[in-house]
Amino acid sequence: MTVTEPAPSESDLEQHFEHTIAKDQRIEPRDWLPEAYRKTMIRQIAQHAHSEIIGMQPEGNWITRAPSLRRKAILLAKVQDEAGHGLYLYSAAETLGGDRGDLTEKLISGRQKYSSIFNYPTLSFADVGVIGWLVDGAAICNQVPLCRSSYGPYARAMIRICKEESFHQRQGYELLMAMMNGTRKQREAVQDSVNRFWWPSLMMFGPSDDDSPNTAQSMAWKIKRHTNDELRQRFVDMTVPQAETLGVTLPDPDLAWNADRGHHDFGAIDWDELKQVISGGGPCNTERVERRRAAHEDGAWVREAAAAHARKQQQRKEAAA
Amino acid sequence: MAFDNAYEALADAHDDARWAFGTGFDNPLSGVDTTVPSGVDGEDLAQYCLMLGDDALVLSHRLQQWCTRAPELEDEVAIANIGLDLLGQARLLLARTGRADGSGRGEDHYAYFRGEHEFRNVRLAEREHADFAQLVATVLVLTTWRLAVFQRLQASADPVLAAIAQKGVNELTYHRDYAAQWVVRLGDGTETSHARTVAAFDEVWPLVAELFEPHDVERRLDGVAVDPAEVRAEFDDVLAQVLSAATLETPVVPAKAGVAGGKGRNGRHTEQMGYLLAELQSVARAYPEATW
Repeated sequence: MTVTEPAPSESDLEQHFEHTIAKDQRIEPRDWLPEAYRKTMIRQIAQHAHSEIIGMQPEGNWITRAPSLRRKAILLAKVQDEAGHGLYLYSAAETLGGDRGDLTEKLISGRQKYSSIFNYPTLSFADVGVIGWLVDGAAICNQVPLCRSSYGPYARAMIRICKEESFHQRQGYELLMAMMNGTRKQREAVQDSVNRFWWPSLMMFGPSDDDSPNTAQSMAWKIKRHTNDELRQRFVDMTVPQAETLGVTLPDPDLAWNADRGHHDFGAIDWDELKQVISGGGPCNTERVERRRAAHEDGAWVREAAAAHARKQQQRKEAAA
Repeated sequence: MAFDNAYEALADAHDDARWAFGTGFDNPLSGVDTTVPSGVDGEDLAQYCLMLGDDALVLSHRLQQWCTRAPELEDEVAIANIGLDLLGQARLLLARTGRADGSGRGEDHYAYFRGEHEFRNVRLAEREHADFAQLVATVLVLTTWRLAVFQRLQASADPVLAAIAQKGVNELTYHRDYAAQWVVRLGDGTETSHARTVAAFDEVWPLVAELFEPHDVERRLDGVAVDPAEVRAEFDDVLAQVLSAATLETPVVPAKAGVAGGKGRNGRHTEQMGYLLAELQSVARAYPEATW
């Protein structure tokens, strides 16, 4: 007769979970985890995956029109990387019991969000550079701390993603340098693009800490490591000298170095605009979701064909055996 | 390359080699001896490189148009990958043109500042894809043809062309495999997918004969160029295998005529070509003095 140990109680498991988090160790898919942690994690990873996939659209808008073959290759490779990031992240969500099809449904029915920045239009080729510099720059500030997320598969995916994002940021900045060293029209296009993307980039860090309902629990679970306002400040401090080197003006008259704080002060963010964009009223919300829905629905017959072929192959194999 | 520590990885500035081909350089043939071999007509060689380069550039453009529209994320990645490979081939070939014709012009001159009638691609490359079946049918036909040509081109008397072909063979083998697998899945899959795939091949097939018609430039470049008529048998064999696995018949449809005796290789294109170039060239032409 085999003697089995009694199954651990729920409170033992929970204690073990809290202990793992406290020791800064990673939670792995095989580990017991509280249902609220699972839900929060799936939501966070899925929204990140959605952001990668929706984020392909604004830059994808310029691939066919890229003005040199080298820039075209860079842009196509970058947008392809974003599809790859979406894939890793949906896979990480699957380790928690998420389902890619179900998550895609939630995206196209508006039940899950993606980063609000992608609801702004790309109106010139300079936007490709500015998105690389500012939007990827802000994403890196947000995402590097996630490489230490308590959930193992997410943390590992983030290490790879951050590395690729940093390469994209350098490429974006390099495009802007080339344009700023080019003609007057090119410099004007860069400045116009910076004027349009600066404030939305600051909004990428989310609401201010006073108004961020999920921050406290996420910090306690070490899903998040820094508050929204801390990360936003880090981004501003990092970007100001880069803008000076580039020779562009950041569109904020209140932007100034504050020696007492050791940080840059900056003007008030238009939170009403962020709320409007998040609640569906951004310039491109409808178009972004509609494109994703169209691709998903137009592809349904292809996915059904692949499944039908696989079933037939299986039946043929069984019949031959 | 450090993947263990994100902070360390971010500071790693000298890792360009792992990124997609063509993103790290301005001149694809930098450092290569591009002297035209003796006895080879530079103008003909330049024209031949344009033909093969334009096929790749224009098909790559059609694949780029699929970006964010693929049926599944894995295909999003694969289609972009094929588009990138073809773009890389185009860059090498257009750069070769600028050396062979003695003008010293770069790849971008040929891509952005030629008119429609100066493009030398076959008409099938420029065709729009109304659905995923047309995409995979087009890619299967064009990459099967191109792989057969590139395999022979590895023995070209022009060492630059031979090297470009050698690089391309591995890529095209994958492209053909990707398209063939999808043709089989779609042909064998459901009634709907079968019907769409039949329709797709009916659309594509009238432009197939053009691929095998030798142009005067190809005839004159004996030992340098490949006579496309030579690859017909191999093409037919491969297509027969794939179509049979896909439970499809070889279409019986008449070939499309040319215009005033000319087809794609002579700069006589379809009505879709002008729109394709308007899109491809618009930014470059709006900033003619710019450098990127």
